[in-house]
Amino acid sequence: MARLTINGTPQDVEVDPDTPLLWVIREQIGLTGTKYGCGVAACGACTVHIDGVATRSCVLPVSAVEPDQQITTIEGLSPDSSHPIQKAWLALDVPQCGYCQAGMIMAAAGLLSQNPNPTDEDINAEITNICRCGTYNRVRAAIKLAANDGDTTQRG
Amino acid sequence: MNAIISISRRSFIVGVASTAGSLSLGFHLPFIKPSLAQGAVMEPELNAWVVIRPDDTVVIRIARSEMGQGTLTGLAQLVAEELNCDWSKVTTEYPSPAENLARDRVWGNFSTGGSRGIRESHDYVRMGGATAREMLIAAAAAEWGVPASECAATLGTVTHSGSNRTASYGQLAAAAAQVTPPTDVQLKDPKDWTIAGKPLPRLDTADKLNGAQVYGVDLKLPGMVNAAVRACPYFGGKVASFDAAAVASMPGVQKVVQVDETAVAVVADTWWRAKTALDALPVVWDEGPNTGVSSQTIAHILEEGLEADNAFVGAQQGDAPAALTGATKVVSAVYSYPYQNHATMEPMNATALYTPEKCEVWVPTQNGEASLAAAAEAAELPVSQCNVHKIHLGGGFGRRGMQDYVTQAVRIAREFPGTPVKLIWSREEDMLQGRYHPVTQSRLTGALDADGNLTALHMRISGQSILAAVMPQRMQDGMDPIVFQGLTADSPEGHLGYTIPNLLIDHAMRNPPIPPGFWRGVNLNQNAIYVECFVDELAHAAGVDPLAFRRKLMANHPKHLAVLEAVAERIGWDTPAPAGVHRGLAQIMGFGSYVAAAAEVSVTDGQLRIHRIVAATDPGHVVNPAQVERQVEGSFVYGLSACLYGECTVNGGRMEQENFDSYEVVRMADMPEVETIIIPSGGFWGGVGEPTIAVAAPAVLNAIFAATGKRIRSLPLKNHDLA
Ligand code: FES
Ligand code: FES
Repeated sequence: MARLTINGTPQDVEVDPDTPLLWVIREQIGLTGTKYGCGVAACGACTVHIDGVATRSCVLPVSAVEPDQQITTIEGLSPDSSHPIQKAWLALDVPQCGYCQAGMIMAAAGLLSQNPNPTDEDINAEITNICRCGTYNRVRAAIKLAANDGDTTQRG
Repeated sequence: MNAIISISRRSFIVGVASTAGSLSLGFHLPFIKPSLAQGAVMEPELNAWVVIRPDDTVVIRIARSEMGQGTLTGLAQLVAEELNCDWSKVTTEYPSPAENLARDRVWGNFSTGGSRGIRESHDYVRMGGATAREMLIAAAAAEWGVPASECAATLGTVTHSGSNRTASYGQLAAAAAQVTPPTDVQLKDPKDWTIAGKPLPRLDTADKLNGAQVYGVDLKLPGMVNAAVRACPYFGGKVASFDAAAVASMPGVQKVVQVDETAVAVVADTWWRAKTALDALPVVWDEGPNTGVSSQTIAHILEEGLEADNAFVGAQQGDAPAALTGATKVVSAVYSYPYQNHATMEPMNATALYTPEKCEVWVPTQNGEASLAAAAEAAELPVSQCNVHKIHLGGGFGRRGMQDYVTQAVRIAREFPGTPVKLIWSREEDMLQGRYHPVTQSRLTGALDADGNLTALHMRISGQSILAAVMPQRMQDGMDPIVFQGLTADSPEGHLGYTIPNLLIDHAMRNPPIPPGFWRGVNLNQNAIYVECFVDELAHAAGVDPLAFRRKLMANHPKHLAVLEAVAERIGWDTPAPAGVHRGLAQIMGFGSYVAAAAEVSVTDGQLRIHRIVAATDPGHVVNPAQVERQVEGSFVYGLSACLYGECTVNGGRMEQENFDSYEVVRMADMPEVETIIIPSGGFWGGVGEPTIAVAAPAVLNAIFAATGKRIRSLPLKNHDLA
């Protein structure tokens, strides 16, 4: 049994303690917006926030997460896709297939909460997610758009 | 109500990959009578393409698969353009492959590959929209007792000019559905388009921003169980034995299933538990006949093909061998291109529900009808008792045209009658069970006369045929015509943009025991590198500027030249580059479009930086320029991933790379600025998703030569020291 706080709601889950948080979120909690891409922390598809910090959930055993730590998934980033990153993503029509995009958005939102005005170098260093469709240049533009729109603090 | 579409066939053949891998067979799908059709109950409709609800919502049916390339939006734009509807009221749905068969293939081909989604279907989908529009006008005219010629349809409303009466499409739809479809409808001239041709946002973005988009891996069905699979990683090998008892009591495990000769699966309550038990399952492999095969042995076989006497001729002009023998100056070089994995971000998956009477499959597929055929074959049920529900794809790139994972899912589901089984491949399985971009090598030999003119070229390609493995029915007297993508004299798919008085392009087929597949860009990828880098070599050997050298050869190829001139002008070819920055060019034609690229790179202490790439494409007509730009950018990421990092190496008869930690791809930090010039010259319909991939690598490689004097003839670049 593990107690997790996901998108603000505490939940008890019956789960093997070494199960990666990713699979607990997807299979026990039933939130499938967070994606599996590699399982070895190499692609970023599984990125969620833990206490506001972007974290790859595929290699994090659920037992390593404390009950009061705030886990935020793409479904909980905002109630209505109104996070500045989501708005910028919509404005620039960033996704192609979209599979990597939850991870991209969570990574980008995590970056902006730590660094409201990232430079290109900051973006290169922090957004290392893989997108095989190749949305990188629009991801970069959308991060900058969101940064310039401000209002990125206190979110996610 | 399907009288407008004339794609009526009693039966058809689809290519289906067999479970064993590289073998394939033509699978015969009998025509199903409508009464036997499975599938959802259709709403009342104007025709196969258009349903209009009373609230004015316009439902446009999309036969092709959406995998990120934007085809769903583009096809809807084409229908909506002719329908004259209100774009803000448009929504889309996929008809199922079973419905297509039941209705005499009214939606035509479902296959989505070869950059064909729009160019192969634009005429009949537009006709679907235009016919529905005329039916709406006819219904209004009948209602008002006025001639249809006095009525006009705009923005989802029919208006009678004389009386100023109006009616919305939603009000007219029920009556319009009863109108006999006209057969003499004219399509609009693209210059009059107001919805098609415009940079409209995609229709499918919102759900991708909040986790709502459901992919195959996300599917949940009542009572569903989960499967993880491992097929023999040795090509041609099999399962020798496994010890199911060793994992039977692990948490959640329900069953260990031998899927077929080559694969074993664990079924559990959750996928994580299935995978954990599979990892713990003792499996002994019969490694099969290919354990001596490695990248080195394959390279030797291809090298031998470079010298072979016999080869299939793809293009011939004059007498190249004779001209080369007598030439004053001969330049020769050998290039090679490695195996690549598609590595879609969503791994292969399919969900199957089997009973002895019926088999249903939910699958992200590039070819719904091939999925249906594979499901029926694996279920050993008539096609009429099977159905496939298409799901949005988390990337396709050609991999999801193959159906091996559908076959596996159905075979596993047969062990659980009445229970849905979701099969997801791990990334490792995805990397080891690829349908890889084939390997080739090419020796190019060119002759220059005293004035630096190219008088002869022999291009020998040695290597693997995709068609021989995947679609043998498309071979032509033993020859694989697709090997010559972009190189033939007159193919509308892509012909060589150079006129060379003595030309021979031939192929010595050498097929290693590694299963090949169509990989975004297919053979254009390496053919463009071979030709465009070698033309650059020839230009330097002749002491002529690479653009000027190409111009001389391209006088008869104005469309090829136009895209090349466009990128050269935009990059500033005739002006000095910034300090330390060097430029390269490339052009080719493929998938029906003319494409070119110009790259700016710098190499500092061996460190490559690609600063900027300008692309130009002439696809004839453009349905959505914003999506074309996205496809060009995305295609460069795919092409540059291959150029910089992409390589699957064979050792001991299996692939060595198992995940993204050893199969690196382009990420944010590698990305250059990309500028896209779209030059639609009209009169033809070319593809968009693939052709520009091919020019990224040669433009960069030519720029690297300009920067370093090093000629890179084998990929990927990570294996080369540029210092
Ligand atoms: S799935 Fe976690 S980083 Fe790839
Ligand atoms: S949008 Fe398809 S992988 Fe990123």
